[in-house]
Amino acid sequence: MLMTVLTQLTVSGDWFKNRSMGKLLERIGSGVVLVADGAIGTILMARGLQPGQPPESFNLTRVDVLEAIAKEYLDAGADIIQTNTFGASRLKLVTYSLQDAVEEINKNAVLAVIRAVGDRAYVSGSCGPTGQFLKPYGDTEPEQMCDAFREQISALISAGVDVLCIETMTDLQEARCAIKAAKDIDAAVPVMATMTFNHTPKGFRTVMGVTIEEAAHGLQSAGADVIGSNCGNGIEKMIPIAREFKRYTKLPVIIQSNAGVPELKDDKAVYPETADFMAERAKKLISLGVSIIGGCCGTTPVHTKALRRMVDSCVSRGCNQTQSRDV
Amino acid sequence: MDLLRRISEALQTGSIEKVATLTKQAIEEKVVPRDILDKGLIAGMSVIGDRYKKHEIFLPEVLLAAKAMYAGMDILKPMFLKDEMPTLGRVVIGTVQGDIHDIGKNLVGIMLRGAGFRVIDLGKDVPPERFIEVAKKENAEVIGMSALLTTTMPAMKKVIELVKKEGLNGKVKTIIGGAPVSAEYAQHIGADAYAYDSINAVDCIRGLVQKP
Repeated sequence: MLMTVLTQLTVSGDWFKNRSMGKLLERIGSGVVLVADGAIGTILMARGLQPGQPPESFNLTRVDVLEAIAKEYLDAGADIIQTNTFGASRLKLVTYSLQDAVEEINKNAVLAVIRAVGDRAYVSGSCGPTGQFLKPYGDTEPEQMCDAFREQISALISAGVDVLCIETMTDLQEARCAIKAAKDIDAAVPVMATMTFNHTPKGFRTVMGVTIEEAAHGLQSAGADVIGSNCGNGIEKMIPIAREFKRYTKLPVIIQSNAGVPELKDDKAVYPETADFMAERAKKLISLGVSIIGGCCGTTPVHTKALRRMVDSCVSRGCNQTQSRDV
Repeated sequence: MDLLRRISEALQTGSIEKVATLTKQAIEEKVVPRDILDKGLIAGMSVIGDRYKKHEIFLPEVLLAAKAMYAGMDILKPMFLKDEMPTLGRVVIGTVQGDIHDIGKNLVGIMLRGAGFRVIDLGKDVPPERFIEVAKKENAEVIGMSALLTTTMPAMKKVIELVKKEGLNGKVKTIIGGAPVSAEYAQHIGADAYAYDSINAVDCIRGLVQKP
């Protein structure tokens, strides 16, 4: 107990300084709640990304935009800043004939975030699904998929990420393939792994039918250090999802929700959940014991700022107790 | 008939080789090709569609059953005159320009084929003009458009405007779908129908081709 308190004090005292802000896993292990950043894709759209153009193309042409976005999330108070590499695996990039630029695209994205945030936040290498189905459902060999992840993750790690985020997964086999690739390359780099669930009459399931219980066991046994859910849902559905994850795992849990489900207004996509709404509901995530809270599609630095404020006030006023009554 | 029921059951379990073998056997035993299609393959796929709709099964089972269905159809195709399978109608489908998400669209294609429609799948990121060009060439009754991104939904509007501009209004019906799409949006842009999922798309398109 005393050790925990001491660790926490040491960590928070130095937290603005170099990686002595502490190793990510030790910090969340000591009970600190971290704030992860929000969306990149939807912000890039607002800054000139054309429909049909891959977000990762900015990594080759407009790293200044990536730096600016990372800086905005840092200023908003994010502890974890994600790289713009969600679709930067060979199998995904081939759609845009960018398959020969895997290393450059991943490296440039990591360096842009490092330039923007220095040592003031953890740099998290994003790794999304390949967009292919594995045999026998699809036509992709497991080896081919694992190789694609190995190539991307290896580029992310050698460029200097602090942590990896394998996200928006719907197929457990694919997610495990990515986690194992990461652990093979460098077991010391923490891996966060999240899947996307829909609410069905049979409970929460990914489109491939994976339950939260299966996800929790499968992600953990593949070697993930932090598990949870991102995308697909607004903050309210993320509360029962987080509760279920906590039931099936002792690992720290991460939740990154969308700003609700978008609506079209005058031909523009509008995400309905405001920053204050999200932050207010996210208190419940803290009382459930979620370790990392961030945003996904439609969230902006404004959401991050609200989450930061909520997390800080929960820490100083003991959000846990006040919230547990009305959960 | 027992053999047709076995084809349907093999399809439902996603047994690709078994469906192929049984389809060959049915042809050898001189079962009417139309019956092999309707009472074997299509009957099996309709059970799959129904179970998927009820969330009894998920995407992997549907994808496997679809592979089995295609295996059977490939063997059956030469049995029909002029290489043309009997069809309920011709439907051109695609994910609209700027959008590369095609799981939903592919499911619609599977379910439509499984219901006996001829499907011309244009893939993803399909320019508006391409929908029109192919619909004309193939004499299609319906154009089906899919979008997953809210930002690409306006591309659906462009296709519908082109349908009107090309004087195809009434001849070619339009239907839209995808996670961010709604019935209100369909009405707003003048689409003839909106489908909330792949099974519903089949029902809606049946309705569209029956209307005078």
